[in-house]
Order: sequence, then structure tokens, then C-alpha cells
Amino acid sequence: MAGVVLKDIRKSYGQVKVLHGIDLDVAEGEFVVFVGPSGCGKSTLLRMIAGLETITAGEMSIGGKVVNDVPPSRRGIAMVFQSYALYPHMTVYDNMAFGLRIAHESKSEIDRRVRAAGDILQLTPYLDRLPKALSGGQRQRVAIGRAICRDPEVFLFDEPLSNLDAALRVATRIEIAKLKEQMPQTTMIYVTHDQVEAMTLADRIVVLSAGRVEQVGRPLELYENPTNLFVARFIGSPSMNIIPATVAEPGDPTLISLSAGRSVRVPIATPSAKAGEAASFGVRPEDLVLAKGDDYLLEGTVSLVEALGEVTLLYVDGPVGAEPMIAKLPGIVDVKKNDTVRLSADPGKLHLFDAAGKAFPKKR
Amino acid sequence: MVSQLVSSLGVVIAGVFFCALYYWLSDKLLQLALPVRDGDPRAASLALNRRAAVRPWLFLGPALLLLVVYLVYPVVATFILSFYDRSGTTFVGAANYVWAINDAQFRQSIFNNLMWLAVVPAACTFFGLVIAVMTDRIWWGNIAKSLIFMPMAISFVGASVIWKFIYEYRGGKEAQIGLLNAIVQFFGGDPQVWISMPFWNNFFLMAILIWIQTGFAMVILSAALRGIPEETVEAAVIDGANGWQIFWKIMVPQIWGTIAVVWTTITILVLKVFDIVLTMTNGQWDTMVLANLMFDWMFRGGGDSGRSAVIALVIMAAVTPIMIWNIRQANQQSGGH
Ligand SMILES: Nc1ncnc2c1ncn2[C@@H]1O[C@H](COP(=O)(O)OP(=O)(O)OP(=O)(O)O)[C@@H](O)[C@H]1O
Ligand SMILES: [Mg+2]
Repeated sequence: MAGVVLKDIRKSYGQVKVLHGIDLDVAEGEFVVFVGPSGCGKSTLLRMIAGLETITAGEMSIGGKVVNDVPPSRRGIAMVFQSYALYPHMTVYDNMAFGLRIAHESKSEIDRRVRAAGDILQLTPYLDRLPKALSGGQRQRVAIGRAICRDPEVFLFDEPLSNLDAALRVATRIEIAKLKEQMPQTTMIYVTHDQVEAMTLADRIVVLSAGRVEQVGRPLELYENPTNLFVARFIGSPSMNIIPATVAEPGDPTLISLSAGRSVRVPIATPSAKAGEAASFGVRPEDLVLAKGDDYLLEGTVSLVEALGEVTLLYVDGPVGAEPMIAKLPGIVDVKKNDTVRLSADPGKLHLFDAAGKAFPKKR
Repeated sequence: MVSQLVSSLGVVIAGVFFCALYYWLSDKLLQLALPVRDGDPRAASLALNRRAAVRPWLFLGPALLLLVVYLVYPVVATFILSFYDRSGTTFVGAANYVWAINDAQFRQSIFNNLMWLAVVPAACTFFGLVIAVMTDRIWWGNIAKSLIFMPMAISFVGASVIWKFIYEYRGGKEAQIGLLNAIVQFFGGDPQVWISMPFWNNFFLMAILIWIQTGFAMVILSAALRGIPEETVEAAVIDGANGWQIFWKIMVPQIWGTIAVVWTTITILVLKVFDIVLTMTNGQWDTMVLANLMFDWMFRGGGDSGRSAVIALVIMAAVTPIMIWNIRQANQQSGGH
């Protein structure tokens, strides 16, 4: 079984640079998810691991072996495409058996593996059907089955669930999680747009932006300690409120002055900062609570209330004319549009970023 | 010139006007014949329904009439003629059919037609497919495609004239001006009279039709190949298939319907092959095919409408099933997926 190691991987299409040096070490048996905005190079990176795109520069190894010039079929990988990419003229059985037949496996071995994969994915009743006679979810399971039959060391998924409807997406997501449990030795690399998929499936998440790795870490680590503004905004929904501020007294804790004369003491060390320096102050919507009394963090007018029952979202016009802040309060809250609300938060949940957008590390 | 343009334009306008007039008038007549009176809604809706049932027949009528006059009537007449003697006056029973079965030239034509059928559609489709795949991968592919498609624009007779120069043979001490003989001489061979070389000359004639039709096959198949999802090919690459396996096991099966349509379209064309044989050999040196034989018996020395009709019916009997299958396939292509 095999881990995947990327060393300074770069990709350009002619003059267009798409990936600017990716370093990543995926351990054997790990489930790694690539997330990032559209066009940041997730698919390109995955396809380079698969061998479908050439590597412009850098070194890639799978299972300790450099694979830069190894063809896809000998990298020990299998890939599941967003569009399923089933062979339309072959039955489900033949779709799954194709790779094994190419590899000249014996008939009985092919049959054993295909039926085993069919069992795992509940495809047994459909083995004789053509892909066009299957539903979207069944097609995706066939695509996964085809990958399983190859018995790969590394599984690659490129947005495998994005063509499914919401309910099916949840069901298939859970199936993929189960599949991973059944194959603890198999490394999986998974590209998605969907934060929930990323947070629930991943051992580690790789956040990419414009061809660079922004942060690599466990899902909750990214949530609790984003290393920069990009990750802070990208992980979590609705995204973190970022409020411009200045450092009033650097040190530990730091005194931050927000606009409108308010200031707040944040338990984060800022030894490198100077007084009067610009900074950004971040707080997640779900960390905000309605303040009791005079001890509050932010004050504003409610411009919109979204009551979802389970939670209530308040859009609060911020202290400065910037974007409205969002507060996500549990349950049903008795606040109306145009009310003035005061919000506060547990100081331990606050985030602080320097002028360049890099986070001041939080204490553990 | 100008007066011709004006008069033909006038004819077109008058034609369109009369068509419009016909539709308008026939609809008016229909309304008069099936009036909708106020008061009784059930009778009114019945009349409207009847009108809707009659109207298509009214509007299609002229076209159907022309179809009967120009297609059905000739078929029936040919069928009847095939049982009459050379002048079409005396009933001779199946004598013309018996003649055909025993006639050496008729058998030769059938055999030649079968050879054309075996070679030309297969060759056109094969070359078309190979060229379509290869030109997709090179930067000058589109230029090559245009060049290969160009013969499509040349008439069969024109193409034959061009190929006459390729197969040209000059006797005696004269310099060879034919391209093929020039090549043969370049490699040290003796010039040949290609066109009168029995059996093989059939293939030299077929080459002309292949040259013309490969472009057609290429264009259609190229479009079909573009429709193959790229990911299925990538999935096959990951599954370990090589280029050859991807072509035969992934790409060709996905465009099978299109290949069948191209194949049968060319097959029908081949069954009707006439101009090339007429221009190149006129059926001499064992190159006779059914269409030319029919022509000879009808309009040339033969002057025998009975025998000619038999040959015409044989050609029709061969074309019809393929045509039906071809139309079915084409409908499936546009209907399915
Ligand atoms: N063949 C190509 N030539 C030039 N640029 C390309 C090519 N393929 C991809 N790109 C560029 O590479 C960048 C990354 O593309 P990629 O498909 O990896 O994005 P992605 O992160 O998967 O996006 P999405 O989430 O929308 O799928 C894009 O900006 C794209 O325009
Ligand atoms: Mg993508």
C-alpha cells in the first residue's frame, strides 16, 4: 500500500501557470480532501496524480516510487470522475471487468472481483444492465465499483457527488465513508466544492487557492485555527465575520480597538505587532451570542432576519460601512428587522490577523 | 442572361404564390364543406375535429399525387413491362427472368456489383474512420480534412476524367503520361493498360468511388468521434488500455450507429453505380455492373424494355431493404441518446 508525496509540483499550460509549487505528503491509508474555489487547480492536481496530465516540474512519488513518467495504469491508482465516465456500450459487469480483462486476469478472478465489488455497492441486481438504464446514483456506484475492481493503492475522486441531488449526495457520502472504513490501507484523495463532504470525510483537508496550498490540516484544526484570512473565510458556512481593527496594545493578551471607540482584549499573543498597526479581527457567526447588559463586543442594526427554526441568522450592519456581520444563533430568537442588537463572544473563540492576512497563532 | 434570371425568379414567385393560394383555397373549401354553426357546441366541435382530420390529407395531397406519378407508377409499370417482350407489346411470362438467370453478362454484372459492395463501403468507412482519428491529433488536421473532403464536390464523370489521366496508357514508343504508369516506370516496372486488365480493372474503378466517398465518411465519423466523452477515454487509459484497444473497444463501439449509417449510405450509392463505369470502360473488359447493363439494354443496341425492366427491378430489390434499415438507423441516431 502506498502514500503519495508531492515535491514542489508545478503545472503550466504554455505560458499559463496553473500550479505554483505544491508540497504535500499524504500518508498511506489517509483520506485527504482538496478544497478550494473554482479554477484553483484541484482537478489539475488530481489528474497529475492520476497521470492524465504531465508534470511540468517537481517530483511525485506513490508508494516511495517516483512516478513522473509512469503511465496511469501502472501507478496503482483508480479514479472516479464527476461525470461517471462509464463505457456506455458495456454492461455494468463489463464496465467493472474491462480493466481486469485488459490486464489478462483469469476469468474466475475477474468474476470474483466484479461480484465482490457488486456486493459491496449493492449493484448485484444491475450487473447485466447498460449504464443508460441506471439512475445517477447507481451510475456513480458503478464508477466506484470499477475503481474498486482495480484494487488500487490510491483512490482518486474528482467531485464524485456533484451530479447527484441533495438526498442522494448525503447517502453516497456515507457510503464512501463506509467504503473507506472497509479499506483502511487504501489512500484516498478526494476533490470537492462541498464543505460538508470535506469536513465529514477527510482525515486532512488541503485548502488550495490560485494554484497554491493555503493550509493543510485536520478539519477541525482548519476550523479553529485557520492560518490566514483566506482559509478563515473559506472554511465554515456562513463564513467568518472579518472586521477591520487596529492593534492598540500589542502583547499578550492584545488590546484591539474596533471602530466606534470600542476596544476588546483578545487572548492572543502579538509580540511582533506594533501599536497602531492595522489588523483584522475575526469571529465566526456561530460564536456570536446576544449580549446581556453592557459587556458587549459589537453593536449594530439588524438588516435581515433568516429564521430557519433550528438556527436564526441575523444580518447586522457592522460598526463600519463594510459588509454586514452575520450572527448564527441557536433556535428561535425574538429579534426583528431594524432592532439594535449587541453581540458578544467567548474571547477564546476570537481570531486575529495581521495586515497581510496572516493569523496570529492562538494559544493551545 | 438578365431576362433568364427575371423569368426564373418570376416562376419561383408564381410557384410560391400558387402553393399559398392552394393552401388558402383548400382550407376555405374545407370550411365551407364542414361549417361550424353557432348554437350547438357538440356539432361544432365534431365539425372542427373532422376538419383537423381532413386537413393534413388536403395539404399533403399534391405532394402525394406527385409521389404516385413519379415513383409508384414507374415501379408498377416497370414490373408489368418485365413480363413483356422487347417492344412491350406481347406478354412473354417469365421469359425475361429466365434470360437474366442464364445470361453470362448479367451474372458478370451481379458478381461485379457484389465486389463493389464488398469493397467500396468497407474501404470508405475504414479510411474515413482512420483519417478522422488521425487528423484529430495533428495541427494540420483540418487542412488535410478539407483536401480529403474536396473530391465530394466533383461529379462522378469529372472524377472519372481525372482518373483517366492517372490510368492512362500510351502504346508504342510514346512517353507515358499516366501517373500510375509513371510511378511504375520510376520503380523499374513495365507500363500496363490498367483499364483493360480483367478482374483487377474493377478495383481501379472502385478506387475512384473510394476517393470520392472517403471524405463523406470522414466528415460524419469525425463529428461522431468528437461526441465521444473524453472521460471515457481517460477512464480506459487508467484501466490500462493501449491506443489500439481504446480505439476498437471504447471509441468504435460508441459510434457504431454512425458507422452503420455511413456504411449503408455508401452501400446504396454503390448499388446504383453507373457514371464511373460508363465513363471509364463502358462496361467493357468485364467491368459491367447492373445499372450500366440496364442502360445498355434499354437505350443502346439492346432496345429491350422487358430485359431492362428485369434488371431495374433487381437493383430496386437490392436497394430497398438497405434503405429501410438505413433510415431506421438514422432515426434511432437522432432519436436516441
Ligand atoms: N488545457 C488547459 N489549458 C489552459 N489552462 C487550463 C487548461 N486546463 C485547465 N486550465 C486552467 O487551469 C486552472 C485550474 O483548472 P482546474 O480544472 O484544475 O480547476 P478546479 O480547481 O478543478 O476547478 P473546478 O472546481 O471548477 O472544477 C483553471 O484556471 C483553468 O482555466
Ligand atoms: Mg475540477
